Amino acid sequence: MIETIRAAFVIARRDFTAIIFSKSFFFFLLGPLFPLGIGVAAGGLGSQVSRDIETTTIGIVLSPEEAEKLLATRARLSLSLGPKSLPDLLILNDVQDREADIVAKLDSDKSINAILSGTLEKPVLTGSQRDVGRWQGKIALLAETAIAQPVPVEIETRLVGQTGSSSERGQLLTAQGAQAILILLTMILAGMVLSNLVEEKTNKIIEILAAAIPMDAIFLGKLFAMLGMALVGIAVWSTLGLSVSLLVGVHWNALPVPAVGWPLFIILMIFYFSMAYLLLGSLFLGIGAMATTVREVQTLSMPVTMGQLLVFFLAYSSITKLGEPVEWFAVLFPFSSPFAMIARAAQMDNIWQHGLALVWQAIFTMIIIRFSVMLFRRNVMKSGQAARKKSLFARVTGK
Amino acid sequence: MHAPDPQFAIEARNIVKRFDGEAAVDGIDLTITKGSIFGILGPNGAGKTTALRMLLGIIDPDEGERFLLGSPDPISKAHQVGYLPEERGLYQSMKAYDAIAFMGALRGLPLAEGRKRGRSMMKAHGLGDATDKQIRQLSKGMAQTVQLLGTLVHDPDLIILDEPFSGLDALNQGKLERLIRDQADKGVTVIFSTHVIAHAERLCEEIAIIADGKVPFKGKVSAARDRLRPQVHLETRNLDGPWRSAIPADCQPLGHNWHFTLPENGVEPLLHALVEGGAGIESLSIERPGLHDAFVQIAGEAVARKMKEDSASNNGDETA
Repeated sequence: MIETIRAAFVIARRDFTAIIFSKSFFFFLLGPLFPLGIGVAAGGLGSQVSRDIETTTIGIVLSPEEAEKLLATRARLSLSLGPKSLPDLLILNDVQDREADIVAKLDSDKSINAILSGTLEKPVLTGSQRDVGRWQGKIALLAETAIAQPVPVEIETRLVGQTGSSSERGQLLTAQGAQAILILLTMILAGMVLSNLVEEKTNKIIEILAAAIPMDAIFLGKLFAMLGMALVGIAVWSTLGLSVSLLVGVHWNALPVPAVGWPLFIILMIFYFSMAYLLLGSLFLGIGAMATTVREVQTLSMPVTMGQLLVFFLAYSSITKLGEPVEWFAVLFPFSSPFAMIARAAQMDNIWQHGLALVWQAIFTMIIIRFSVMLFRRNVMKSGQAARKKSLFARVTGK
Repeated sequence: MHAPDPQFAIEARNIVKRFDGEAAVDGIDLTITKGSIFGILGPNGAGKTTALRMLLGIIDPDEGERFLLGSPDPISKAHQVGYLPEERGLYQSMKAYDAIAFMGALRGLPLAEGRKRGRSMMKAHGLGDATDKQIRQLSKGMAQTVQLLGTLVHDPDLIILDEPFSGLDALNQGKLERLIRDQADKGVTVIFSTHVIAHAERLCEEIAIIADGKVPFKGKVSAARDRLRPQVHLETRNLDGPWRSAIPADCQPLGHNWHFTLPENGVEPLLHALVEGGAGIESLSIERPGLHDAFVQIAGEAVARKMKEDSASNNGDETA
């Protein structure tokens, strides 16, 4: 075992330095900027489109007194409800309170969504089904308030740190956020190990490695190297993210506190990321090891990503079902276990379960590595020229 | 399980390996004495590489047992073994001295020591200028030398070289032969496979001939050669006379030259009969058969021809 670990570190050191000191690692570090940039651009564009679409104007065809009353009421209510919560009102002096005129105005003027006519006691709202359905309640509120002319009431507010329900909601949000981060990182990074043995097989180095060290050490070393690289990347991204958040003045103390507390939660995040990575990575490394060419690896990427998504859905769906069978399944099923457990860390404060979960995940990682090595030795290493021409399916199934 | 004999670097008993139901190695027995230079001879596809891979523990035999330096688990002895595979491979982005150190580190040599040795070994082999170059910047021959040095950097007790002469020019083949002899002089066991008989004949004390996954001969080179009677090359002035009775009846002259196997009763009766019978001897030589002749006799004409073809296709400058 000691020799396997020693040999694994020889492989890990070689792979780690080869990756870290390569030019491509710089682009790897830049990787998250692309989705962030796309997210910001898409978000900005989306909100602009939304603003363009969602600005609603209701034309007013009322007597001048009632129209003024309604405008004043809107101005007053928007102070407490927010300006976007009520439609814009526009007095239409050129439109008579006749159905034909109102319909003609709606046809000709695209800036008006609906027209309010009649009186405040008996208002008539004309417009499309969507706009009428959406705004009739707000218009009724405006009309009722305008008629009643209530005295403005100032509400005294008293704030407390957290209520029971807000704390629970917050922890749920923390669980969702942590799980999403974990899954995103694992999806990005674990898939990279698919092609990890292709270089050795292409360059025939695998023969030298296989004659010198146990095959388990090769697999383990490659996983350690990629884990190290992933952790370096995460450290760089976290440092940058933290620096930017400090610069823009994010209030970290406003974030909902996870059940186990922030320090332990962050440590568990690192552990669970590592285990999720090792579990999925060992599986992908085993699958990728069966491939002889980069093309085969590329072909494998899609089903592998789909598999990850299934794990994600399983873990995500269990967040709100603590203690229920589906959540227990997500906790016990090795590939979803790290994600389900980080959700538990956000919502449950007992710590012992994390020790058990980490041991369970580590044992299963070793089982997968052993199984992958067995498949690799049986179906790839012992194959001669003729066997190398076998299909990927035949190699995986050993048929 | 049979107990290993400590005098042997390698012991293999009836090892069998099948691929897709076909035997690549079909019941090989091998014992290789520590400190010897041992050659495994055979054409491509005979089972040499498969046999070596089984001996090294890269693959396991389907049947039989093998011991490497006394252990049934060859990988556990990897620190004492150096291996140069037939298909050479190095990490292309690694610096040459680092590649040597890496290969040593795989077999337990501390990396810093490996780097130090790597630099000095490269200097000693005339590659001092290339130590800091990446493997991809080296010529094929230089990269092969780097890999060979990586095989030796941890001072192994046993070196296994699979077709080490393949792809080398005559000059580098000579260097490699010297290097193998130097290692043997230090007491290291050297095993190499080849389809070039001349290398085995020059270097080895013992050989195994592999053909179709079996070993029809294993033993000393001299024993292989002794399986054939010496050959007589005779040139006479006369073409006929009483002396003809001393020559095998089926031997036909080529001009005035006669080539035949030395009769069982030896040289003196032959010489006496030729002189007394008035053959008029112009020249007479008696040659001990070469390993090639022994190989043909042991493995068969077809195998020998295939080996010669392999040699010609792999290395234009080599001859079997």
